[in-house]
Amino acid sequence: MKLIIAIIRPFKLDEVREALAEAGVNGLTVTEVKGFGRQKGHTELYRGAEYVVDFLPKLKIEAAVSDGTFEAAMEAITRSAGTGKVGDGKIFVVALDQVIRIRTGEIGADAL
Amino acid sequence: MKIHPFSGLASRWQAVALALLVALGAALAAPALFAQDMAPAVAEIDVVVEEVAAPAFDSGNVAWMLTSTLLVLLMVVPGLALFYGGMVRSKNVLSVLMQVLVVFSMVIIVWMAYGYSAAFTEGNNFFGSFTEKAFLRGITAETDADGLPEFLFIVFQSTFAGITTALVVGSFAERIKFTAVLLFSLIWVTFSYLPMVHMVWSGGFLAHKGVIDFAGGTVVHINAGIAGLVGAYFLGKRLGYGKEALKPHNVPYTFIGASLLWVGWFGFNAGSALAADAAASLAMINTMVATAAGVVAWSLVEAVSKGRPSALGAASGAVAGLVGITPAAGTVGPMGALAIGLAAGAICVWGVNGLKRLLRVDDTADVFGVHAIGGIVGAVLTGVFSDAAFGGTGLDVSIGAQVWAQTFSVLFTILWCAVVTAVAMLITRAVVGLRVSDEEQRQGLDIVSHGESAYES
Repeated sequence: MKLIIAIIRPFKLDEVREALAEAGVNGLTVTEVKGFGRQKGHTELYRGAEYVVDFLPKLKIEAAVSDGTFEAAMEAITRSAGTGKVGDGKIFVVALDQVIRIRTGEIGADAL
Repeated sequence: MKIHPFSGLASRWQAVALALLVALGAALAAPALFAQDMAPAVAEIDVVVEEVAAPAFDSGNVAWMLTSTLLVLLMVVPGLALFYGGMVRSKNVLSVLMQVLVVFSMVIIVWMAYGYSAAFTEGNNFFGSFTEKAFLRGITAETDADGLPEFLFIVFQSTFAGITTALVVGSFAERIKFTAVLLFSLIWVTFSYLPMVHMVWSGGFLAHKGVIDFAGGTVVHINAGIAGLVGAYFLGKRLGYGKEALKPHNVPYTFIGASLLWVGWFGFNAGSALAADAAASLAMINTMVATAAGVVAWSLVEAVSKGRPSALGAASGAVAGLVGITPAAGTVGPMGALAIGLAAGAICVWGVNGLKRLLRVDDTADVFGVHAIGGIVGAVLTGVFSDAAFGGTGLDVSIGAQVWAQTFSVLFTILWCAVVTAVAMLITRAVVGLRVSDEEQRQGLDIVSHGESAYES
């Protein structure tokens, strides 16, 4: 099992969600985050004091996937979240040791 | 973090000072109570005569002045409070609201206790009598003060005292102790504001020089602006100033505040005519024109110099125009007001940018850059545009002579205020200290000074 952590542009959420559903991933957690990579921020000006705002708003999507769905999920995110411009984001993949569905107590692949 | 509110040497001094204040208040109030008991016997005879002869107060004037008082109060709460509140970081917004509200309220009480008396009675060139009308003794609802009920004049003027003092806190925001703000304000209003009022509006030193200051360009704005600058100098910069982004957390608040200031200022300027008449109407139109000019001028200058005009800038331009027209509102014509508004709006952009950097003082809400610079521009230009040639009500002396009188008054105000502010800061530092610690600044004054958080995160 893998935990996919994807940092994407906020307006891409709906597309990514649909693409992941088509790939067989039906559970997601979304967090509003700030960050930067190579994308430049903007400058704000308050009464002559200039502030460079490096941190850009992004969304972090976390989805736990089984080894079988993993490739399709990665491809789905990459295809739907990309615009071709700097700032599209990154996907981090982390090996997932265990998953439990709290309501039923199911573990492992049954819980995904 | 445990808090120990009543321990320590500072607290004991404060307790002693408080006890003395209460005793003083009781001592001053006691004769006033007795005096009123004795009045009725004498008054009864006078009442019979008065019922035949004395006219009622002009209801138009009284109605307008009652309204003006309300408008100036609106300028402070929530106008000024929000104007400043939006400019600080969210962890400090409540501290600013508190400082504005509590300082204003404290000054109202001071005004009633001895402020009005010291400002508006006969005395020397600098102060009236601190005791003649202390606690408003001898004044009743029927007392006439130049055509207005004296209580009305007192309450109208009290809002001026309150707002002037509250203006200063903007410079100190985000690092000053609450007790320091209160103590400083108490000393400053007594020794800087009261004499300025007496000197300019109550036949004191500057009035004799023929200075024109209709609604308080020198008394209020230059006074407060200089206090902000000098006080901020003694207070020191905020933690992270020049390195971190100390940004306004809510420009919409500042915008709302500026809007309320514009609306309320009509009470400040047109109310200073003390009547519902032509002079008030002139002040009204001047205030409208100058403010609009200030908005446009600031926005233009910003658009040209920075590439884009900002909402914070436009709001500041409005205030700059308002400040500039304050001394001139009753004596210049609308075209003169236009000129003053354009000048104040444009020059104050420099005041909060280039000049601010030059002075190297951390004036959080740019009280100096807008109120002092705007006030100076307005005060000096009053000397020019009050002349009949520019559509003003006319000067008794030449433009040159009037401009000199205005300039003299500006310089005197700057000097007087700077000295009093410096002394007040030094006393405050010695008695309660000025700054909160670095760690407390990081936490935010709302938590540290008031135990509150403005927003649920």
